[in-house]
Amino acid sequence: MTAALTVRDLHVAIGHRGSATNVLRGASLEVGAGEVRGLVGETGAGKSMLGRAVLGLLPANAVITGGTIQFEGRDLVAMPEPERRGLLGRRIALIPQDPMTSLNPVKQVGAQIAALLRHHLALSKRDALSRAEELLAEVAIREPRRVLQLYPHEISGGMRQRVLIAMAFACDPSLVIADEPTTALDVTVQRQVLQLVERLRQRHGAAILFVTHDLGVVAKICRTMTVLHAGRVLEEGETADVLAEPRHPYTRALLAATPRADRPAEALRPVPQALIENLWAEARRLDRQSATAMS
Amino acid sequence: MVDLALDSAAGPSSRWTAALRRGGPRLWLGAALVGVLVLVALAAPLIAPHDPLEQDLMSAQLPPAWTSGGDPAYFLGTDSLGRCVLSRLIYSARTAVAVALVAATLAAAIGIVLGLVAGSFGGWIDQLTSRLIDVWMAFPPVLLSIVLAAVIGAGLTSVIAAIVVVDWTRFARVVRAETMVQLKRDYAAAARAIGLGRGGILRLEILPNLVPLVVTLLAVEMGIAILVEVILSFVGISVAGDTPTWGGMIAEGRQIVYQAPWIMALPIACIILSVIGFNLLGDGLRTLLDPVQRR
Repeated sequence: MTAALTVRDLHVAIGHRGSATNVLRGASLEVGAGEVRGLVGETGAGKSMLGRAVLGLLPANAVITGGTIQFEGRDLVAMPEPERRGLLGRRIALIPQDPMTSLNPVKQVGAQIAALLRHHLALSKRDALSRAEELLAEVAIREPRRVLQLYPHEISGGMRQRVLIAMAFACDPSLVIADEPTTALDVTVQRQVLQLVERLRQRHGAAILFVTHDLGVVAKICRTMTVLHAGRVLEEGETADVLAEPRHPYTRALLAATPRADRPAEALRPVPQALIENLWAEARRLDRQSATAMS
Repeated sequence: MVDLALDSAAGPSSRWTAALRRGGPRLWLGAALVGVLVLVALAAPLIAPHDPLEQDLMSAQLPPAWTSGGDPAYFLGTDSLGRCVLSRLIYSARTAVAVALVAATLAAAIGIVLGLVAGSFGGWIDQLTSRLIDVWMAFPPVLLSIVLAAVIGAGLTSVIAAIVVVDWTRFARVVRAETMVQLKRDYAAAARAIGLGRGGILRLEILPNLVPLVVTLLAVEMGIAILVEVILSFVGISVAGDTPTWGGMIAEGRQIVYQAPWIMALPIACIILSVIGFNLLGDGLRTLLDPVQRR
């Protein structure tokens, strides 16, 4: 069975040729069909960039300078734009980071879900709305019919995130990219959202690339995980193995820096500065190498 | 949490009544003034007591009916040729309304399209449009109108053409800026992630967000169009000489302002009330149409 997503040796740079900064330096990962993979890393590690590169949502000044992104064996980078757009939202979906701003503020919730369904499934307006109602019920929104007629500012953040999750799973995608979907939510809502994502994944059988900086979230719902730093993959494997016996010193340091209920707060240690500097120095050395190799 | 969010809003029918109430006195006053203006223009032949062109030199410069020496047959008096001022005011409203509606709508249509194109494509297309707007705005509008009227000849069409040619920039500039702002929002990225193309995003996501802005501008523009028509008819290059216009009435009244001040004061009052009416209407509609302000 082909993997849902295969990223090989992906390089992404931001900025103009002379002053370009590398944000991904040969990152590779694979998400098997139906697999939930956590993609962890600190701020600036390039984890969101990787998700955006898959969706073709890189900022205007960012370019893919090397590597391939394959979705079910098809090359997303080389694919013509209309074909790629046909996949987005239908076969590859996004759960965005910020539920507060990711819904159109002047359109009713129902109209937004219906627009997606009509765009991809060519449903009639009425069918789209009744399907939207089912989708809202599926994400445990009470009184879905009434919520369809509300505007985003009239519902809570947790509900907005549910609406976005419903939209992500609306067309039975085989790959969902969850870009820190729980970061903007408070802890109690976070858990509900995670359970919801897991339930929908099981029902729809989608693979999920779960981008997050929260190891706790990864431990809860991801079977496999990839640790990213400075645009490079440092470690990957089954979540249980990686968390129990991290091989890379950075992963160990990251774990030691994560607060846990069964450990006193004093046991927390920040990631050592020297380790981070080493990693960045290595990344810069790689940049120089590739620069000389090119010229 | 779910329940809390649902308490705030009720069904769509009560939302409309609430919205109408919230429009407040501005909306109502503006709608009333514009409504009266449009009705008067439409029903001019029915409500005008006299033919606006009928001269009666025996009863020239009669004061309004309620002052001493007034004639009840001429409620607002007569001008220096003995024509009924009230009838002339009523017929002048036709020109004003026609110019306001047609010119403002055309200017808006052109401006919105160019603004959307410039704002969404960016690059040299944006540069070209923006420079065009700059150059256009630097040119004195009334002078341009006079040149246009001289080239294509006087008449309603040339008045409208002059206003459209000058005032599309107002819409284009605002729409371009707002399009750029909206396209940077997360919901626009989310729309790209569901596979919408540029046209789809502009039509389905951006345009609804521009509605409150455009409606406000449109109403203000109608007021401005009335003013431009007044200026052009004041200097005598608007519609044909025998068609009554407010600007023309001011020009005639100016010569006898010491003997018969009402002949000049009345059209000025009409102009002020119309422009205020359009501005208030625009203000009120903006509040009414913006879902975020509908709390």
